[in-house]
Amino acid sequence: MEYKTMNKEMTLRSVVSELRDGMTIGIGGWGPRRKPMALVREILRSDLKDLTLVAYGGPDIGMLCAAGKVKRLIYGFVSLDFIPIEPFFRKAREAGGIEANELDEGLLVLGLEAAGQHLPFLPTRVGIGSDVMKFNPGFKMVQSPYEDGETLLAMPAIKLDAALLHTTRADRLGNTQTDGPDPYFDALFARAAERCYVTAEQLVDRMDLSHPDKVKANLFERYLVTGVVEAPLGAHPTAAHDLYGWDHEHLNEYAELARQEDGWNRYFEKYVAGDEETYVERAGGSDRLASLPLPAM
Amino acid sequence: MTTAQNFTLAELVICAAAEAWRDGGEVLATGIGPLPRIAAGLAKLTFAPEILMTDGEAYLVEEPVPLGAPRSERPSPSGWMPYRRVFSSVWSGRRHAMVTPVQMDRWAQANISALGDPMKPKVQLLGVRGFPGNSICHRNSMFIPHHSKRTFVEGEVDVVAAVGFGTGRWPGGKPHPVDIGIVVTNLCVMDFNGPDHAARVLSLHPGVTFEEVQDSTGFPLIPADPMGITPAPNDEQLSIIQRLDPKGVRAKVIKGNPPGLRAA
Repeated sequence: MEYKTMNKEMTLRSVVSELRDGMTIGIGGWGPRRKPMALVREILRSDLKDLTLVAYGGPDIGMLCAAGKVKRLIYGFVSLDFIPIEPFFRKAREAGGIEANELDEGLLVLGLEAAGQHLPFLPTRVGIGSDVMKFNPGFKMVQSPYEDGETLLAMPAIKLDAALLHTTRADRLGNTQTDGPDPYFDALFARAAERCYVTAEQLVDRMDLSHPDKVKANLFERYLVTGVVEAPLGAHPTAAHDLYGWDHEHLNEYAELARQEDGWNRYFEKYVAGDEETYVERAGGSDRLASLPLPAM
Repeated sequence: MTTAQNFTLAELVICAAAEAWRDGGEVLATGIGPLPRIAAGLAKLTFAPEILMTDGEAYLVEEPVPLGAPRSERPSPSGWMPYRRVFSSVWSGRRHAMVTPVQMDRWAQANISALGDPMKPKVQLLGVRGFPGNSICHRNSMFIPHHSKRTFVEGEVDVVAAVGFGTGRWPGGKPHPVDIGIVVTNLCVMDFNGPDHAARVLSLHPGVTFEEVQDSTGFPLIPADPMGITPAPNDEQLSIIQRLDPKGVRAKVIKGNPPGLRAA
């Protein structure tokens, strides 16, 4: 009966209180898709700083850069898809204030996989001959010990102090389910991290009792999950398949503000300052956000 | 099938670009951007039924998805292709992508990452994205909508995102094999199969001269022997292109949407 007393439920604030300045934090999702934005906003409201962020970035990375939370970025890309270059990321990069470890998208997979397997590196050809080597001066080569003797890149493990993920539903034991056509790399982020915090559109008591038919949507084991937070619409303004799409209108306004001198402060004051309840209201109300259409291809 | 008389340069380019996938085997064909995507669909619906395509999200489809098709009209999937499997496909080599770099150099190295110093870029572009892995693992072709010295640069590209035939960047100076398919521009079709992988013009689009192409390129070109004229589309190809792009996105890709046959 032990598990009946186990309860990993947390609040956005209690998750952020477990994070520290200077940590390496991985953020799940992919560009403007399934980002744990409620947690990102809670970080924006906190005084956390000097973070190293690891992501297939979207507005999560742009906002944290704009707010001066970031010391170093390890990224496969930072994009809003329909706006190909994340506007605040672009601004931060062109200002040159952030250490940028730009990676090939696949190298980020290998770095997270190595960390999850507690390996120092995984060998690959990817990156050799390209300026990925310039963006990552610490990368070293390794020679195959077999007959071929090929020289390969030893892609180092990317160990995370914490991973932040958004899921469709979670239970209090830490079981999660993620709907949608693509799991992206959330499971690799969970495995690479010391601690993994998950937000969910819906929190249930026991997934096995309420959603056994969806069990294939479970992407990683609950022993990887430190805490779960119920955060309906918590991916907004990014998409959360199959529930709601990304918010074009909101992201266009955000991108427009990136062109303005005090644009970030204005965005923060208009939307982020306050709490998630006020956020949803200011962003147009829960009915509007919940009915945002999923993007056409 | 008769050769059409009325067609745009974009339509000529789509037909030329489709040729990238001819006799390439059963590979994942990825056309990034409207023209390459229509071109891959055209190849699949005419001479290359074997190629695999995705719906642009996470599924494999046997019917190419028309540009801008609403979710409700998407063909039913034949397989699952989340990003994790896209990388597996890339690393296995069984993929042929057509991409549009911002810069390309004489060594076929390509840049989409940034302009200027990569550490403090003058202009941040897309980042290297999947180019390093794509270029070292599988064949890549290119589509360039505006053939100019700004794209085909004199020296080396500002950021080497896709690897090429230069020797300076390889461990021990020993180049890794690189597989470039074709480079289709608004002026011509090229490859990098000249002596020592020199850039070579395979065909000129109707009315274009070799001199014009050379003057628009920052490095020396070699005319193929023989150097042909890029074939005009036929009616069947044009009707498939219309089906794959019912809203006419292709008209917005090449500046001014010029006709395929230049006015004399």
